[in-house]
Amino acid sequence: MESTAHAFKENVGHALADPNLQDSLAKLKVGFSERRRQAAERLPEFEALRDRARDIKNHTLAHLDFYLEEFERKVIGLGGHVHWAPTAADARRIIAELCQSVNARTVAKSKSMVAEEIALNEHLEALGIAPIETDLGEYIIQLRNEPPSHIIAPAVHLTKDQVADTFLEHHAKLGFDKRLTERNDLVAEARYVLRQKFLDADVGLTGANFLVAETGSSMLVTNEGNADLSNTLPRMHIVLASIEKVIPTLEDAAVLLRVLARSATGQESSAYTTLNTGPKRPGDLDGPDQYHVVLLDNGRSSVLGTEMQEILRCIRCGACMNHCPVYGAVGGHAYGWVYPGPMGAVLTPQLVGVEEASNLPNASTFCGRCESVCPVRIPLPKLMRHWREREFEKHLTPKAVRQGLALWSFAARRPALYRRLTGIANRVLALFGRADGRYRALPLAGGWTRFRDFPAPQPGGTFHARWAKRKA
Amino acid sequence: MSDATHDARTQILDGIRRSLRRGELAGEARNAVDARLAEPPRGPSVARARLPQAEKVALFCQWAEALNATVARVGAADVPGEVTAYLARNNLPATVAMAPSPLLEGYDWSSQKMLSIRRGRGEGSDQVSVTGAFAGIAETGTVVMASGPDHPVSLNLLPDTHVVVLREADIVGGYEDVWERLRARYGKSRMPRTVNTITGPSRTGDIEQAMELGAHGPRRMHILVVRD
Repeated sequence: MESTAHAFKENVGHALADPNLQDSLAKLKVGFSERRRQAAERLPEFEALRDRARDIKNHTLAHLDFYLEEFERKVIGLGGHVHWAPTAADARRIIAELCQSVNARTVAKSKSMVAEEIALNEHLEALGIAPIETDLGEYIIQLRNEPPSHIIAPAVHLTKDQVADTFLEHHAKLGFDKRLTERNDLVAEARYVLRQKFLDADVGLTGANFLVAETGSSMLVTNEGNADLSNTLPRMHIVLASIEKVIPTLEDAAVLLRVLARSATGQESSAYTTLNTGPKRPGDLDGPDQYHVVLLDNGRSSVLGTEMQEILRCIRCGACMNHCPVYGAVGGHAYGWVYPGPMGAVLTPQLVGVEEASNLPNASTFCGRCESVCPVRIPLPKLMRHWREREFEKHLTPKAVRQGLALWSFAARRPALYRRLTGIANRVLALFGRADGRYRALPLAGGWTRFRDFPAPQPGGTFHARWAKRKA
Repeated sequence: MSDATHDARTQILDGIRRSLRRGELAGEARNAVDARLAEPPRGPSVARARLPQAEKVALFCQWAEALNATVARVGAADVPGEVTAYLARNNLPATVAMAPSPLLEGYDWSSQKMLSIRRGRGEGSDQVSVTGAFAGIAETGTVVMASGPDHPVSLNLLPDTHVVVLREADIVGGYEDVWERLRARYGKSRMPRTVNTITGPSRTGDIEQAMELGAHGPRRMHILVVRD
């Protein structure tokens, strides 16, 4: 998809003015995040598992070439195929050629953020191949021609009523001409409509949560069962995964699974965790004849060994966005590309360029909740700060901000001058604001006072002055 | 391998090594990762599933029910009767698609005169399937299905109702115990084509984050836990 990350500020304006979106976002606080807290409390080993999960990912990244080759060797040994895609365009070409090799007309797709990243659907459609999203959330937004707004709940920005309207619009021609009001009826209707599409699909395309080097297995974690239908019924199964999804062994998978579902939705376990290893075996009554894994780099290998490397530990649980006050206020679409929230604010500049996405690492209060819930302990605020530094070094920061910072640093490096200036400001602000204790408007601070009052200084002087007095 | 594939592969692997500032792993470093693969280290063990077998079985049942499956604890002789009774209780047709497995053939299905059984893979129109299970995980009430000629994957997914026959002896503590059993059955580093670990019926939280059952897979899961 085309990035609109550069227009973050305009996107935010629309998001804040959208009542449906604000209704949906209000549910995040009591939904996923509260359930995560309860799930973590039920498992005394949760924090130790998070440490271990971090260590496993660090170990894998330090030996990524080895584990990828090991994974490839195992897949080939079982009659599967591995395709290496340095860029998004390579991955699109490989997948299109695979689909064309079996004259595919439809592809049953299970939710894949990597497929969103490489804009696969548009590419397949242009070639006359119909991609059918089968995850309920992805199906809803495909009907609405919208991008996902969350990495595990793509339609989290929509209310039940909006879904009902969308289904009526698109399903009426299939004979479903009654507008539904209950969630379970909406789920049942989507199940019915999509069931035949599963049975008819020529190719099943899924992502992967993990690739297990030890066994050459791709591992998928879902609740609906759509990924499993996608990899069981069609005659070709294509797994699209980025290179950092590989992990060493099944034991490592056990650790990561225990933190993944709990961090994502607060579930003890997702309904389906599936390991697929190669194509249909002799004597099997079902399963695909062909099994292909497409390994996408798309810039990730160049992140290794840099100060940003830790983002490659991400297991895409979505906890960082579920707990982010900025995401909670503006939703996922405002971020303008595939990955929203704190992990997106770190990953997007890497994948689409800091020039395009420099707003995102600035869209953070640095409250630190994202880091405190991350199952693999990615220091997201620190990584966002790295991007701000790079932005400054590349002179992408707005002129007014640069000049302001230059002025501040001039004073801050001269302690006597700094104390004198802040002392004057303190006295002036205290003098005029003493009556109310706050300012409703203040010259040069309109950006602040337009939305909230600015507190007037309390008696006792500046922080420096009070600190000095206390120590004396 | 075509030249283009080879080039892309080299490009990615070389890129990784350049970033990691080293060549292909060799010597000590290589031995260390080989050893880690050969003897996979386990993560922190989860206390709640470290129990004697009888309590593991009880924990399994408790979690399976908490996560929306239903459980019946039966003796081996009562398995066919419980399947028929379950279908009747839930107003389901007495027609099932059954996995062609030796484990299931060990029960006396001929005792159920009203039950019509088709053995084979799952079809889109199936209402009810009956399968065995490779293992059960006490920690989360999860059943584990290993695919093969005796267990088509489609039976786990297509029917509205999935009836699972699980022996008490096959209930283990956590995932790690399942991996050990898989290695013992299929060989080290070998896996059946598909391993489905399933916890309760299919569900979705995609509309307003409220969990609804019966998204694409079975709407109901009934587990018969069979006494040894």
